[in-house]
Amino acid sequence: MKAILTVIGKDNVGIIAGVSKQLADLQVNILDVSQTIMNGYFTMIMILDLSASQEKFAGIKKTLADKGAVLNVQIKIQREELFTSMHSI
Amino acid sequence: METNQVLETIRMIEEEKLDIRTITMGISLLDCIDSDGEKARQKIYDKITRLAKDLVQTGKDIETEFGIPIIHKRISVTPIALIAGASGDEDYTAYAKVLDRAAKETGVNFIGGFSALVQKGYTTGDHRLIQSIPQALAETERVCSSVNVGSTKAGINMDAVAEMGRIVKQTAERTAAEQGLGCAKLVVFANAVEDNPFMAGAFHGVGEGGCILNVGVSGPGVVKRALEKVRGQSFDVVSDTIKKIAFKITRMGQLVGHEASKRLGIPFGIVDLSLAPTPAVGDSVAHILEEIGLDSAGTHGTTAALALLNDAVKKGGVMACSHVGGLSGAFIPVSEDAGMIHAVEAGTLNLQKLEAMTAVCSVGLDMIAIPGDTPAETISAMIADEAAIGVVNNKTTAVRVIPAPGKKVGDTVTFGGLLGHAPVMAVSSSSASAFVARGGRIPAPIHSFKN
Repeated sequence: MKAILTVIGKDNVGIIAGVSKQLADLQVNILDVSQTIMNGYFTMIMILDLSASQEKFAGIKKTLADKGAVLNVQIKIQREELFTSMHSI
Repeated sequence: METNQVLETIRMIEEEKLDIRTITMGISLLDCIDSDGEKARQKIYDKITRLAKDLVQTGKDIETEFGIPIIHKRISVTPIALIAGASGDEDYTAYAKVLDRAAKETGVNFIGGFSALVQKGYTTGDHRLIQSIPQALAETERVCSSVNVGSTKAGINMDAVAEMGRIVKQTAERTAAEQGLGCAKLVVFANAVEDNPFMAGAFHGVGEGGCILNVGVSGPGVVKRALEKVRGQSFDVVSDTIKKIAFKITRMGQLVGHEASKRLGIPFGIVDLSLAPTPAVGDSVAHILEEIGLDSAGTHGTTAALALLNDAVKKGGVMACSHVGGLSGAFIPVSEDAGMIHAVEAGTLNLQKLEAMTAVCSVGLDMIAIPGDTPAETISAMIADEAAIGVVNNKTTAVRVIPAPGKKVGDTVTFGGLLGHAPVMAVSSSSASAFVARGGRIPAPIHSFKN
């Protein structure tokens, strides 16, 4: 299953490192990354492959949200189909 | 996937209150018919709780994975008049109670289908069901009731119109302690549709399959925000903007509907392309009309703005999903829309204008509080007017008014939650009792010589 991860918040040292480490611990593969500073906010979008992870979606979501609280950013994860269905015919 | 598209979707959900308003499981109860009422009710309970046992959990799982809120999980069933009519029971309140129990067991917040279809005439079952409505709605919490009194093919059953005026009054009186809340769960239709996922008017029509899943989308806030970016531009741009955003909203409905039906192992029915407001700030259809250029909803120009909105939502949505159905139009419930409430309180929106608006959108005089001493005949006449608009224009119309006991014009009725609060609106003091007392049927309109 593919999912899209979005990380938004105040820029800081170690956000990418912290998120990537957490994803590796969850056995989640990163397929694509884009990162920018938008309106002064750190904004990162990752496309993930969850198929190798032992953890259920709800568990991954919770772990990442908790990690976001530690890193002081908002981390969301949503199934990829939500975005593809909305923005493509 | 482009960054701005991802962020647009997230912003629509988080800031503009885009949500899936409801996933509604339609369940046929035709195979629960039994000459013994007790047995029929047991079959009804068993069937609903078996088929819908995973509905709420499935909805929650999808919310978690897709990150899109699904506000309601609901059930609609075959009109109970058809089911209970086979039994010897004279009071159908027990059927409503069993639906209520099944709703509580499955965790859905409403179950629709305590209904009768009497557009042309009554069966004994229809009579008994309608007579049971006030008590049934007083004794249950989650049951919704609807009665279809007219259709373009059959005309308007004025006996039923007269009776429903009295039933609405009785329902308000039986639920007086809750300011007539029972009436918020009672809809009088013309041209009722069989696959409507929205309450309180949902029922599972006899032309439907055994069990299906219908989806109702929402998103007035998203439309409003999109229109803010094209202020001052022509109506061509307004229409195109609404179409594009309606496409996106509907795609989400289609996705969630397919996913839910796959997980529940039942066929996917339709997406209802409706803009359903809530009392929350930023989730108002009235505010879209104001964004189009009106100082306040209800002023001159409102009907035209609403007609454009309603049409553009359909045009955008139709291409976005495989099957469109239900009511599919903008809803204009007064108590559930912050902008409508404000317009009524400011004196710019009255019943006459609301009636005109119902000619160009779904669904009718909806969630309107009127004085508690309004005569039953006046309510019947309001129903007749709405039914006439629906029957002549080949569209669904409905009346869901609350004659709030003890309240008069200027008072406010508060229902809470998504039902919101409603300022009590003035009705004409001139009597229509001789008109209503005639009874009989208004013949079906001719659909040629259109002018």
